[in-house]
Amino acid sequence: MTIISGKKREKIDRLAELAAREEERGVSLWQDAFRRLRRNPAAIVGAVILTIFVLVAIVGPVFVPYGPTDTMGIREGVVRVGQGLIPGHSAEHWLGYDHQGRDVFSRMIVGARQTLLVGVVATLIGLAVGALIGGVAGAAAGLGGRWGRWVDTTLMRIIDMLLAMPSLLLAVSIAALLGPSLTTVMIAVGMVSVPVFARLLRGSMIAQSNSDYVLAATSLGVRKSKIALAHVLPNSLAPVIVQATLTLATAIIEAAALSYLGLGNPDSAVPEWGVMLADAQPWLGIRPALAIYPAVAIIITALGFTLLGEAMREALDPKLRK
Amino acid sequence: MALLEVDDLSVTFARRGQRAVHAVDGVSFSVDAGEVVGLVGESGCGKSVTSLAIMGLLPRQPGLRVGGKAVFDGTDLLQLDDRSRRGIRGRDIAMVFQDPLSSLNPVVPIGLQVTEVLTRHRGMKGDAAAKEAARLLDRVGIPDPKRRLKEYPHQLSGGMRQRALIAMAVACQPRLLIADEPTTALDVTIQAQILELLKDLVRDSGTALVMITHDLGVVAGMCDSINVLYGGRVVETARRRPLFREPRHPYTVGLLGSVPRLDVGRGEPLNPIPGSVRDLLPWPDGCAFAPRCTRRVDACVGEPPQLVLAHDGRSYRCVNPAPVPAPREEEKR
Amino acid sequence: MSDSDILVEVRDLKVHFPIKRGVLFDRTVGHVKAVDGVDLSIARGKTYGLVGESGCGKSTLGRALLQLTPPTTGEVSFDGVELTTLPPGKLRAMRKRMQMIFQDPMSSLDPRQNVESILTEGLQTHGIGGNRDERRKIIAETLDKVGLPRWALSRYPHEFSGGQRQRIGIARALVLGPELIVADEPVSALDVSIQAQVINLLDELQDSLGLTYLVIAHDLAVVRHISDTVGVMYLGGLVEEAPSDRLYREPLHPYTRALMSAVPVPDPDVEDHRERILLAGDLPSPANPPSGCRFHTRCPWAQPTRCADERPALREVGGSRVACHWAEQIASGELRPHKVSAEIVRPEGEGEEPGVVSAPSEPGSFV
Repeated sequence: MTIISGKKREKIDRLAELAAREEERGVSLWQDAFRRLRRNPAAIVGAVILTIFVLVAIVGPVFVPYGPTDTMGIREGVVRVGQGLIPGHSAEHWLGYDHQGRDVFSRMIVGARQTLLVGVVATLIGLAVGALIGGVAGAAAGLGGRWGRWVDTTLMRIIDMLLAMPSLLLAVSIAALLGPSLTTVMIAVGMVSVPVFARLLRGSMIAQSNSDYVLAATSLGVRKSKIALAHVLPNSLAPVIVQATLTLATAIIEAAALSYLGLGNPDSAVPEWGVMLADAQPWLGIRPALAIYPAVAIIITALGFTLLGEAMREALDPKLRK
Repeated sequence: MALLEVDDLSVTFARRGQRAVHAVDGVSFSVDAGEVVGLVGESGCGKSVTSLAIMGLLPRQPGLRVGGKAVFDGTDLLQLDDRSRRGIRGRDIAMVFQDPLSSLNPVVPIGLQVTEVLTRHRGMKGDAAAKEAARLLDRVGIPDPKRRLKEYPHQLSGGMRQRALIAMAVACQPRLLIADEPTTALDVTIQAQILELLKDLVRDSGTALVMITHDLGVVAGMCDSINVLYGGRVVETARRRPLFREPRHPYTVGLLGSVPRLDVGRGEPLNPIPGSVRDLLPWPDGCAFAPRCTRRVDACVGEPPQLVLAHDGRSYRCVNPAPVPAPREEEKR
Repeated sequence: MSDSDILVEVRDLKVHFPIKRGVLFDRTVGHVKAVDGVDLSIARGKTYGLVGESGCGKSTLGRALLQLTPPTTGEVSFDGVELTTLPPGKLRAMRKRMQMIFQDPMSSLDPRQNVESILTEGLQTHGIGGNRDERRKIIAETLDKVGLPRWALSRYPHEFSGGQRQRIGIARALVLGPELIVADEPVSALDVSIQAQVINLLDELQDSLGLTYLVIAHDLAVVRHISDTVGVMYLGGLVEEAPSDRLYREPLHPYTRALMSAVPVPDPDVEDHRERILLAGDLPSPANPPSGCRFHTRCPWAQPTRCADERPALREVGGSRVACHWAEQIASGELRPHKVSAEIVRPEGEGEEPGVVSAPSEPGSFV
């Protein structure tokens, strides 16, 4: 065999270890998913929408031109509901007045904060309770043996009962029980999503419990509790996180629906998109825009969460990894 | 003129923002009527993509480019429109896949799936079709065929499902059968049954068979002529006995050296090929196998090795082939 | 062989999985007899190969031996310690002496752990290596042994090729310094050219570290290549056990013969001239195994007497252990094979709705 020249050997070696030399540190699954997320246009659109929404919700209220509860239109006599006079957009009032003579633009901005708050808190309630129940059930069913199966069965029957109730009915009952308020809406919307999170996490954990790496950890002598927390749980979280993002979208819509039904904050002075939508109902004939503004805002925000959620689902799906 | 003549077939998947993947990179081989031809290689060598491209079964997606020719009985399959291709598929060319469960429709009884083929391509109806379907199942060795016709795929074992799939494939007496890893999902004793069945079918009906597999043992017992693939190209073509007796391409030599053989005892170390199939050199830059090759010389890198034609229909793509007679354990046994 | 040379002894091991039905209340309607009375012993420093087709119970046997699947009855003694009655804490401590290598290197590695974390976990669990530096040293030595580069430490399983992943799996088992390694199909998920690398690695490690292996595989050629003793399993029981070369030269059990004749050999001269024993039909369901000799329904040598009603025990026949009533007569050629017609065999659960068999791999019937 002839001796291969140094330069050519270098080239071969470089190609052979192409992947190895490119970077020093390994890429974890989360980093890998994030890279793919950044390449997905849907994710970028979703992220842009949500960034604007969150920014508006956080800093917007500081910069609003008028107080959201200032009934200046009535005071100045521009708004005369009895005569069907609710002026639309103008240079001073970009989105016009509402039926009580308040500036709609200011109310929309301030309402963004309430809407975000309701969506996030409701989802967090659902996620926390659901993940707790689902996590315990999943760990018990996957690793706990006979006793674990009993725990799992009990917990899941409770969840089944929750699931059997129509979600709106459940929310209405909770709201009726606690009296109408923003907290009620958040709890009600959160409770509705509990079974979804619980079943999702449990199913995911049971599937992971059957994988070989759990068997491998068992054969290493690792304790079951540690296997559940260090291996099974982190590997089961991806679908739950995706679901949480998607739930944010539905939570906002559901919260709006509950507010619309009058189960939300009775003090309509604090603007919230769902409440604004409800308030606009009697005036649809005179000025439909009053309903369209909050409706469009809710739809766009929900769309943002959905886009991001779907993109995350794609990015985290191990089947789609190269 | 061969029955199927594949010439410089290439399949490229290009994704936006990513480097194009040359899954098949200039594959040529031919199949004569009644001949059994093997396509052998490891994962990623392009053997399955080759068969799917010939059948026009590659999933349609942007960035997919198929080049070259696949001439079957005078018509280039790659130029056909979908309609005429569907006509040929199933009637003249049939295919058997690795996983019989996912190739069968789970909610339709076996019998209906077989008769559907008969109805579409042979115009048979009702009782005649049912009778023929039962005959086919009997032919492929499924016991009590009349009752099996009413059963669903999940009610049959893996081996029986593969038999049912073969029955569907041979229903129209195709002139070419492409079997893509037909026994990989099956146990050895069942594999032996299926291979025997395929051999019988070829012998009795004169159907040509393209056997796609990673298992050199399967090839040794079945194929008349063998193509060894690496990195999307055929690196060696030979008749069965010469290939195993005196492999010329270092990759073929390496493959034969790394398979544990039943007739070689404990303690004989294997001669594995170093590296992994991921360590590919792109063909335009030289021989794809060079990074793993023990016979590598200067000329391996720089430009792709040319196909060397030897006597007896043998050809190999290597500038420094293994010498003849190859240093193999022929005497030891 | 004296007793001290035997590392593992398995006596009358049975693993039966209940088949459960019912919507609200589970009712046990039968048992899948995955392992049904197996005796074997593994000599220290040697390799015992367990071969059989899917559904024969070889993987379950391997897991039951390591107490990863609780055995229904039977005894497993490891270096004189009875494992089946060991309290959980002691068993966990014992695990560092017996490790496992899995078939699919991808699914047996936690995708969210990097290699360093994978290798550290076992060390931490057993308190091996007092501090980080000591542990790093042990890990570095192990990487060298399995032929992985140092830069592998910070990387994640999905960044490796199949062969390298299997090396990570081997390193995870080795890092604890075990005496016994159970390798369940260690090469069947790998490419042909990579299989040989891993087989050679296992051989080298055995030579340098004096390991004892139980290698479980469906590929008789692989098993014969690395094993000193080979046990052939069929439907939950051992049908033959013999030294590797002897098994190849003189297979006594009809099933061993059939299995041997079915393994393709990459040599046309051998392929064209060998006698093929084609078995009829499929493996019967382990939930409802045939009476008598489990193999009699497919056996070309089956006799009208004894085979169908008397389960043959493993007995010594000229250096092998074989479970066949007629082994001598078959070996001498006194009995000739005959044709067997295939019986239809249902996949698990007699072809009813799938998923009614609840093996421990699918806990609970509610999903």
